[in-house]
Amino acid sequence: MSVRFENVTYEYPGEEKSVVAVKNVSLEIADGSFVCVCGENGSGKSTLAKLMNGLLTPSSGIVTVDGETTSTESESALFAIRSKVGMVFQNPDNQMIASIIEDEIAFGPENLGVPREEIGERIAYALSAVGMEEHRHHTPYKLSGGQKQRIAIAAVLAMRPKILVLDESTAMLDPKGRAEVLAVAEELNAQGITVVLITHFMEEAVRADRVVVMSEGAVVMDGTPEEIFRDREKINRYHLELPVPDYLAAELRKEGFPIPEKIFGEEELAEAICRSL
Amino acid sequence: MSIVVKDLSYVYSQGTPYAQTALENVGIEIREGEYLAVVGKTGSGKSTFIQHLNALIKLQSGEIRVFDIDLTAKKPDLRRLRGTVGMVMQYPEYQLFDETVEKDVAFGPKNLALPEEEIRARVKEAIELVGLKYDEVKDRSPFELSGGQKRRVAIAGVIAMKPRVLVLDEPTAGLDPLGKREILALIRRLKETTSPTVVIVSHDMEAVAEHCDRMAVFSGGKILKVAPPREVFYDEALMREAEMDAPSVVKVAKALISRGVSFHNLPVKKEELVKELVERRGR
Repeated sequence: MSVRFENVTYEYPGEEKSVVAVKNVSLEIADGSFVCVCGENGSGKSTLAKLMNGLLTPSSGIVTVDGETTSTESESALFAIRSKVGMVFQNPDNQMIASIIEDEIAFGPENLGVPREEIGERIAYALSAVGMEEHRHHTPYKLSGGQKQRIAIAAVLAMRPKILVLDESTAMLDPKGRAEVLAVAEELNAQGITVVLITHFMEEAVRADRVVVMSEGAVVMDGTPEEIFRDREKINRYHLELPVPDYLAAELRKEGFPIPEKIFGEEELAEAICRSL
Repeated sequence: MSIVVKDLSYVYSQGTPYAQTALENVGIEIREGEYLAVVGKTGSGKSTFIQHLNALIKLQSGEIRVFDIDLTAKKPDLRRLRGTVGMVMQYPEYQLFDETVEKDVAFGPKNLALPEEEIRARVKEAIELVGLKYDEVKDRSPFELSGGQKRRVAIAGVIAMKPRVLVLDEPTAGLDPLGKREILALIRRLKETTSPTVVIVSHDMEAVAEHCDRMAVFSGGKILKVAPPREVFYDEALMREAEMDAPSVVKVAKALISRGVSFHNLPVKKEELVKELVERRGR
C-alpha cells in the first residue's frame, strides 16, 4: 500500500493568474514508513497532502494510491482512496461535527455503509488506539486541543485507513498536546500504518524514517533525518533549522570538541560532551 | 512599576452550576522595561490573566493598576487604558477586517480620536516598524498577503496606538521556523522603540529562555513563581508542579550535571551552554 507521485503538478486557479503550488513532483511513500514533510509556509506541503487522498487531483501527472489513480472521473474509486488515506488537519475546533464523541467516530464508517455491530467495534478500536476510551459518551467541546486531535485521528482510524496524513496537526497544540499526538502517530506506525506528518517542528522531523523538504512547490531534499540535517547550507537556504541538541553539537564541533556527526537527543549529547571534555 | 496586580480572582459563569475558577489570588508587579513571559499549561489561567490587563475582562475581585489608571475605579478610563496596553491576540491575522492594510491599521488610532494627520503618520510608522513597505502594501487587501505578513499587519494595528506595554498571546504559534525568528526579532525591535514593556504568553520554552527577563509561572489559576528563567527551569519541584518542559539547553545541562559536570552559571541560552563548556575545557 504505497502512494506514488509521478511528475505531479498542481495549479490553483486564480482570477488573473493561476498559482502553481506543486511543481513536477515525483515521490513514492513506502508502505509502513513514517515520513515527515517540512518546508516554509507556502512551499506546497499542504497541497501535496491533499493530493494524496484525492481532495485535490493533479493538474498534470498522476497520483496513485495502492495502484489506483486519483481522478475525479471515477467517484467510487475516489471514495475508496479516501477511506484508505485518512487526513487530520491543523485546527482541532474545525473538525468536529457531532456533539457526542462516539457519534463523531461513527460518522465515517456509517457513510461507508458498515453494519451497525461492526461500527460499535470500530469505535471501541479507534478510541482505544488513541487512549480516549473513557470519553466515548462525552462531548468533544470540553476536551483539550491534544485530546481533540486524538479524537480527530480516531475518527479517521474508524475508516480503517492504511495511511494517516497529519497536516500540521500539532501546530496549534501546547507541548503536552503535541507529545500526545506524536505518541499516537508513532504507536500507529508501529502497528503498520503509514504516517505522513507535515510539520514545522524539527524535533518531530528527526523522529521520522525519512524527511522530505519542499520549497516553492518542488521537493528539494529527501533523505533520512541524519542526511537532511547534516547539510547546513541547504538547511539555511530552505529556512529550516537544526533541532537544539544538533545545533549545540554543531557549535561545539566548531569549537573543536570531537563530537560525532549524528542526530542527538539531549541525553546522548550530554554523553558525547562528557567523552569530549 | 508599569502594572501592579493584587489578589486578582476570577470565576467564569459565576453564580451558575457551571462556575469555574480561572484565577485565584493572583499578584504580580510588572516592571517598566521588562520582557515578561507568562507560562503554564493550557487551562492554567494565562489568557484570563492577560485579558485583565486591558480590561477585556471585567474585574470581579482584586486590584489592578496600569501606570496611573486604576481599574478598580467606578469608571476607569478604558480608552486611555487601551492606548496604553496593546493586546495582540492569538492568531491575530483572523481579526483583520478592513478593505486595505492602511484602513485596518488605522482602526485603533481612530478610536483614540487622534487628528487625521497624526493617524496617517502613525499608520505609516507602524507598517514600516513591522518590516513591511508602506507604499507597497497600504492599498492592498490584508487578505491577499501571506500568513506571516498578515500577522505583521495585525501587530502594526496594535503598535499604531503606541502602547507603552505590549501584550502578545502566543505570537509565534503556527509559524514556520523563519516566521518565528522574524516575529521574535520584531518584538525585540518594538520593545526598543515603541513599547518598552513586553508581556508574552508562550509555550515555546526555547524562545522564552532566549528572550525573556522573567517568567510568571501559572498553574491551576495561581502564580507559582515569578523569576528569571534560570531560577525557574532549574527548580525541579516547580517544573513538576507546573507540568512544564524545560528547553533543550537546560535538559542537556541537567544531563551533564548528573554526570558530574559543574557550571559557574547555570545555562538557559544556547550560547551560554557553549561558552561554559568552552571555558571549562580551557581550564
